Amino acid sequence: MIAEFGLAALWLAAALAALQLLAGVLGLTARGAELGQIVRPLAVVQGVLTLLSFLALMVLFWQTDLSVKLVAMNSHSAKPLLYKLAGTWGNHEGSMLLWVMVMGLAGSFVALVERRLPEPTMLATLAGQAFVSLGFYAFLLFSSNPFERLNPAAPEGQGLNPLLQDPGLAFHPPTLYIGYVGLSVAFSFAIGALVTREVGPAFARAMRPWVLGSWIFLTLGIVAGSYWAYYELGWGGWWFWDPVENASLMPWLAATALLHSVSVLAARNALRAWTVMLGVVAFSMSMVGTFLVRSGILTSVHAFAVDPERGSFILALLLINIGGALALFGLRAGTVTEGERFALTSREGALVFNNVLLSATLGIVLLGTLYPLLAEALGAQVSVGPPYFNPMSAVFVVPMLVVMGIGPLLRWRRDSLARVRWSVIVPLALMLLTGAAFALKGVAVLPVLGMALAAGLVVASLLPLRGRKLRQVKLPLWGMVVAHFGVAVALFGMACDSAYTTEKLVALREGETVAVGPWQIDLVAIEPVAGPNWTALQATLSARYDGGSAVKLQPQARSFWTPPQQTSESALETRWNGQLYAVLGERAEDGRWQLRLWWKPFVTLIWYGGVLIALGGLLALLGRVASDLRRFIARDKIAYRKSRQGR
Amino acid sequence: MSEFVKPKHQRLVLVLIAVVALIGAGLLAAWALRSQASYFYLPADIAADPPAPDRAVRLGGMVEGGSIKTAADGVTIQFVVGDGKARVPVSFKGIAPDLFQEGSGVVAEGKLGADGTFIADNLLAKHDEKYVPREMKDMTEAQARAAVAETQ
Repeated sequence: MIAEFGLAALWLAAALAALQLLAGVLGLTARGAELGQIVRPLAVVQGVLTLLSFLALMVLFWQTDLSVKLVAMNSHSAKPLLYKLAGTWGNHEGSMLLWVMVMGLAGSFVALVERRLPEPTMLATLAGQAFVSLGFYAFLLFSSNPFERLNPAAPEGQGLNPLLQDPGLAFHPPTLYIGYVGLSVAFSFAIGALVTREVGPAFARAMRPWVLGSWIFLTLGIVAGSYWAYYELGWGGWWFWDPVENASLMPWLAATALLHSVSVLAARNALRAWTVMLGVVAFSMSMVGTFLVRSGILTSVHAFAVDPERGSFILALLLINIGGALALFGLRAGTVTEGERFALTSREGALVFNNVLLSATLGIVLLGTLYPLLAEALGAQVSVGPPYFNPMSAVFVVPMLVVMGIGPLLRWRRDSLARVRWSVIVPLALMLLTGAAFALKGVAVLPVLGMALAAGLVVASLLPLRGRKLRQVKLPLWGMVVAHFGVAVALFGMACDSAYTTEKLVALREGETVAVGPWQIDLVAIEPVAGPNWTALQATLSARYDGGSAVKLQPQARSFWTPPQQTSESALETRWNGQLYAVLGERAEDGRWQLRLWWKPFVTLIWYGGVLIALGGLLALLGRVASDLRRFIARDKIAYRKSRQGR
Repeated sequence: MSEFVKPKHQRLVLVLIAVVALIGAGLLAAWALRSQASYFYLPADIAADPPAPDRAVRLGGMVEGGSIKTAADGVTIQFVVGDGKARVPVSFKGIAPDLFQEGSGVVAEGKLGADGTFIADNLLAKHDEKYVPREMKDMTEAQARAAVAETQ
């Protein structure tokens, strides 16, 4: 019953989306103006229906209803409740339903609260949103129905991939999806603005919270995903340039560029066509990401849903949406009048530089990610990894970070580098000294660059606060400072990790000792342990930092039985200055146990920095929303007074 | 107003900057991809046309029965990867994946040493019942079937 209810809600939502598209388009014509009035209510109801449909699927997973194929394939009655619920989106169909739900809810939210834009632009925006949604409804209903029944019902479910049975990962996909789908709203705003040629500060202010919000979620999603890969895969790395990681990085790069250009448009009414273009590109990257992940077309540790038919469906959606948007852009870009002018040495100029370099980085990542596909079409099998991505992205990221230090100090419209030369001298000197110091110690080129830039940026990111009363600094400025500071912190963590990580791979008997960096580690015992749906061998390690008191680490090699799979659970000991990381391997023939140990100085700063970046975004978002609200209330008061005077 | 770019030129200048940067990025990427992409080799390919010694490549094939030997340090293993036509000795220091075993398929990432031994930095085996490394699928059908059958 519940499954049929969920499916019916989904069909109804799709029908409403079709109606919303039709009414939105007709509403733009002179004769259909009245039809336009139903567009906002349609968007709201559609959002509610997608929510109901998603809740229905969640209930099915909660009850472990094995007469539903998706549940039988991906869940198991003996699974902990959290993972039963997380199983709702831990699979292809469920995650696409999540996507559609977030999109529906975002559409309702826009329809409910956005009142700043001219009504035709809103109609075009909501019609655009309906158009994009329709593609995904079709995808769900025709090729990935989550509510399909299984007859007869399965006696027991097949379980969830054990790698995914992890609290961090339960919330990683929803976080990323909110980010991906939030960008669809930015995309729709861009379409709406292009259709009605209303590209200006009002459009930028309407779009900005969505871009900021998506960007915050994408940032958090990437940070969480990176930490998950770090401790769950047991490889000691935190970024593998895996296609699926790139799939989340590319929309983030585009959204970061968009975030900065939309600020220029809102504050200075410049970079109009460019901002619209980025709005299109950012959501396109979300779709490319979804395509890469959901089609399983690339070799990847994440590629558990390999299905060419679905891949072609998403590819078709991708081509229709991006192709359509680009065609519209090509037709209309010429008629978007040029914005305010500025000198190249100005805040705008620095932001243009930032945008161009971010886009170039995006291009580098995109080409590297897609190259294996191109090569395969030509008959060669290749994979592309860190030897390509690290140096190539550094070529663009390094100058971008330099500009990030200087740009915020420049004035809008026109400025000179001579004016800020005394401000930047401290960070510059710090940067050069740090770089020289580490280079002399024989650290490799990229980590030296990283440390030097991080040292310079830690100071430079705080300079915009200089000479201001801290209490009067507005939230968006705090947001920028915190986010840029976070970049410096994360960069320092990355550079330290790659320069100073020590790794030991040893085979030990119980009672033997090994040294890793400043740590002395004893293998105390190896014992079998059992969990709710796994058994494991667990090593007990006793570790001393620099002769201090002992701490206990217990890495495990786990065997799950539904589905049958082995995973290794690493053990981490976190200190303020780094992490000790232990993985248990196999038992050698002579009875010794393999242990892989890392000491990673300051590695945690990578994720703390990432969280700071997201926090900066949150501060900026709160500041913007608060001032929008104030303006809204003030306008309401004026309108109220006027109506009283009129009486 | 001389510091401003001329009105009708501003947009042109911005477009030019963007285009030059993006084309530059594209060319740089194309150049780097040609030299840095890691190609997939079967043992027969290595015998016919070995890759340059410093070039990262991937080697795929079957682990020969009885060929896995653990060195005295307990963490370095040596084994032979074959495809029925040629055999390549492989050395790997690390924790092998759980489903890595004799007679089953494997993809080794690393470099071919000067002495003809393949030095692997990473081994990929079929890691659950649903996922097979892509390259394993593209081996000859019979091999792939054997690989899958062996690891199930």
